[in-house]
Amino acid sequence: MAEDGKEESVATDDESDHTAADGTGSLNNTMVEEGSTLLRRMEICVAEAEKRSGKNAVNMQETFTVYLIETRPMDAVVEGRNPAPDALWRRYSEFELLRNYLIVTYPYIVVPPLPEKRAEFVWHKLSADNMDPDFVERRRVGLENFLLRVASHPVLSNDQILYHFLTEEHGWKEVVYETGFQAKADSRLRALSATFRVRNPDKRFMEMKHYSDELQSHTSQLLRARARVADRLYGVYKVHGNYGRVFSEWSAIEKEMGDGLQSAGHHMDAYAASIDDILEEEEHYADQMKEYLFYAEALRAVCRKHELTQFELEMASQDLISKKQQREELATGIVRTFSFKGMTNKLFGQEAPEQREARLKLLEELIAEGEETVKEKTLECEEHVEKAWVDMQRFKEQKDKDLREALINYAVMQISMCKKGIQVWGNAKECFLKM
Amino acid sequence: MSGQTVPADFSGHMLDLDEDEDLEVFSKNTSRADGSPMPNSPSSMVNQYRLEEDEEEQQDANTKDLFISVDNPESHVTAIETFIMYRVVTRTMRSEFDSSEYEVRRRYQDFLWLRSRLEENHPTLIVHPLPEKFVMKGMVERFNDDFIETRRKALHRFLDKISEHPILSYSQHLKVFLTAQELTSHRKQGPGFLSRMGETVRAVANSVRGLRSRPEEFTVMQEYVEDFSNKICSVDKVTQRIIKEQREYLDELKQYGPTYTQWAGSEEDLLEPLKGVAGCVERCSKETEEQIQHLSEVLVPALHEYVLCAETLKAVMRRRDNIQAEFEAKNEALASRKADQEALQEEVDGLADRVELANNALKGDWSRWQDSMRTDLKSAFMSTAEKNMEYYEKVSSRF
Repeated sequence: MAEDGKEESVATDDESDHTAADGTGSLNNTMVEEGSTLLRRMEICVAEAEKRSGKNAVNMQETFTVYLIETRPMDAVVEGRNPAPDALWRRYSEFELLRNYLIVTYPYIVVPPLPEKRAEFVWHKLSADNMDPDFVERRRVGLENFLLRVASHPVLSNDQILYHFLTEEHGWKEVVYETGFQAKADSRLRALSATFRVRNPDKRFMEMKHYSDELQSHTSQLLRARARVADRLYGVYKVHGNYGRVFSEWSAIEKEMGDGLQSAGHHMDAYAASIDDILEEEEHYADQMKEYLFYAEALRAVCRKHELTQFELEMASQDLISKKQQREELATGIVRTFSFKGMTNKLFGQEAPEQREARLKLLEELIAEGEETVKEKTLECEEHVEKAWVDMQRFKEQKDKDLREALINYAVMQISMCKKGIQVWGNAKECFLKM
Repeated sequence: MSGQTVPADFSGHMLDLDEDEDLEVFSKNTSRADGSPMPNSPSSMVNQYRLEEDEEEQQDANTKDLFISVDNPESHVTAIETFIMYRVVTRTMRSEFDSSEYEVRRRYQDFLWLRSRLEENHPTLIVHPLPEKFVMKGMVERFNDDFIETRRKALHRFLDKISEHPILSYSQHLKVFLTAQELTSHRKQGPGFLSRMGETVRAVANSVRGLRSRPEEFTVMQEYVEDFSNKICSVDKVTQRIIKEQREYLDELKQYGPTYTQWAGSEEDLLEPLKGVAGCVERCSKETEEQIQHLSEVLVPALHEYVLCAETLKAVMRRRDNIQAEFEAKNEALASRKADQEALQEEVDGLADRVELANNALKGDWSRWQDSMRTDLKSAFMSTAEKNMEYYEKVSSRF
């Protein structure tokens, strides 16, 4: 998990930088050498959340939440100076816009996900309301995490639009639209079609894609099951609160048993109350899992992009081949494959030599264009494969490290929960002893 | 009550009482400070009593000379019906018994007979309740193994309590119950259906009349019984609810663990921690299962017993009131009627005595019952608390 908490220090960034250095190799050295990721130069945090209301696009009143992004130059922090941070407010939709821009502009990067738009995997007590303060708080943390991940990415952190997002409150949206990234976005239909029709995708990418499906399925099952367990556990603890009430009433009618019963009742109340904190902590674990649930989709997107570029290359190659064949037919007069022109020629006689010349010339032009296209597509495809492979390796290492940590923390949480349980029941036992 | 202490050569007999689940309530789920398990030898069991119980209980344990166990339920098939026979084994040094050891087979109806005889002879003593005839919900057949086992334990408890009672344990009916090979002939004797009907009619009549003045202490008792009944029923309900929630929690846990195992299948570096967590969740499941079982076997029966006790207490209070009411009725008649005064006077005196006897019996038995209740429930709750501690300890050690 990217570093939690609000303040960042340089040291925590070293790991991601090292992996970047190792992984990138000869590619894009300039980026790495130029500097470090943005995070090294700038301290970033999402400090607060606030409710606002205003008119939306269709001139209707709406309430939404804005988040305060604070930045400070890192050298100031390191030197011990404490300048006031620069700050600006952004709402969730702007984060979405930034991410969409990044996805289109860097299709070979596994782009960090945003926290969920709507609360999912909600268990009983947890609210599904987007305005709920707990949800807003968890979202604030998630947004900060997103920014930290992006700003520490060897490639993404150098993006100018990102920089503007963090530093220029007004006019940022216009700048993003001006990049014209929306036009570059691949249509869903094209992408889907490519998935089905591509013939020779890189095997490694196909494996990665398969893995991304697995990751998504497993994390979502885990999250669903965990939410149900949390729900039930909540029930178990809360019912014990009833003991508290009944013991208290019962103690009133008993002489010798009274004190013991009443104190035991208090411990039962404490036990029932303790589940709230326990489950609150577990939500952080759930959020960590959710991040990788969403990451799976980003990973899959990169694989799909490969399928698309590969498919386009194949289409271009295919087109070139067919054009070359046509030229050959035209030149030699021998029809190898069926074509309407061939048929009509046979039926109605061949065309005049001038027409043939004209057509041949056109074909040559088209072939020349086609060869350019194939060269381009080949380059595009190869570049994408190279860069994407690098980033997927980086992602894998990050994922293994983060999830391992998350699982260990989860175990620690469980142990701490058990310790609390032992304590409460130990106390209750003492009270029962006095009965 | 005989003043004999437990003789040494009893050890052999007492070892058999390992089958006695109730004695094991004290030793089964606890361990000593040094972590070694409780020994099951008789003398140390007695020592356990000494360590944990009050003075009064000490007396009982040391001077207990009547040991009864109920086990070995067997299906008995006749042309008319099928029922369960339980083996009742008695060991005693009491002089009233010709032998020191008896073994008979009894069915639930026999227990019912015994209890109603005891209540009849001692209307204001608190006779421990029997397990219910039928279970309200969830019971498909009467001969379900769990049902039989639960009933057997409760029957055992019943005889245990009777055998410890300073008055009831000397009942002639108890002796017959424990010793006669054939009970049916004895069951036909004694006050029959009609006399019981008569008592009920009188009781109704008296309750309609109402009591003149109940002695303060019995009013206090009555109020306590009402409150206690409410509270113990609530505790019982809460406990049932907890078990229900635990069961549902367990169901979800069983689905949860495998999600980690399945995920581990597609990971390399994460294989270990994922499998680790899966294993821990599994362990959690097992322990939760045990916890549920413990609740069902220790706390629920104890609470249930006292729910039934509360009803018994209410009946005892009613009977005491009736006895007083009868006396008052006759007393009034005496005051108004001039004729036949002598005969009436005798009757009235007799009834007055009866009232006094009844009141004293109840008073005596009341504090005995309270202590018994306190002890039983205290131990049941403690056992639960300990089990919960054990649960958390085991789960955390796995993680």
